[in-house]
Amino acid sequence: MSLKINEITKMIKEAFPDAEVKIEDLAGDENHYSATVKSKIFNGKNKIEQHKLVYKALKGKMGNELHALQLNTIEI
Amino acid sequence: MNEQVKNKINNLIEKNDVCLFMKGTPEVPQCGFSLAVANVLKHLKVKFKGINVLEDQEIREGIKVFSDWPTIPQLYIKKEFVGGCDIVKEMFEKKELQKKFEEKNITYNKN
Repeated sequence: MSLKINEITKMIKEAFPDAEVKIEDLAGDENHYSATVKSKIFNGKNKIEQHKLVYKALKGKMGNELHALQLNTIEI
Repeated sequence: MNEQVKNKINNLIEKNDVCLFMKGTPEVPQCGFSLAVANVLKHLKVKFKGINVLEDQEIREGIKVFSDWPTIPQLYIKKEFVGGCDIVKEMFEKKELQKKFEEKNITYNKN
């Protein structure tokens, strides 16, 4: 099982409609991605809280269907 | 997560000021992300305890619930969850990790 770029993007945008999402498939294997997510929702939160919000948006897929996601969260 | 696993994890982070839950060992990491965090700690010459989650399925699943964090590696400094690979690398680059060691009185290489 793997997740496609557009599925990951969709889940993040559903959770944070204002988000700018940029995802790269690092290894071309639909299993190792990097994501840059910009959203107001991160404002004033620490990095752990910011990353947790993204993991929550991915509804338990992180660490399961989604093996590796390098995450960069940016406040607006 | 049952109490026994919770106690086991609590014991580990209480006994070890810098505790890294990782795949593999500090000498032979078995995942690129675990390797990256171990390398940051080695670079800073920080004394740390590596917990190989591949050898303990209970801890492997338990630590994810304990920290409310879905992935491994996970770094704890004096019982505080600091983050996974991306956060630790970013903190190192911004010298925030060094600051944290300073604040928590953990010896590291300042050069």
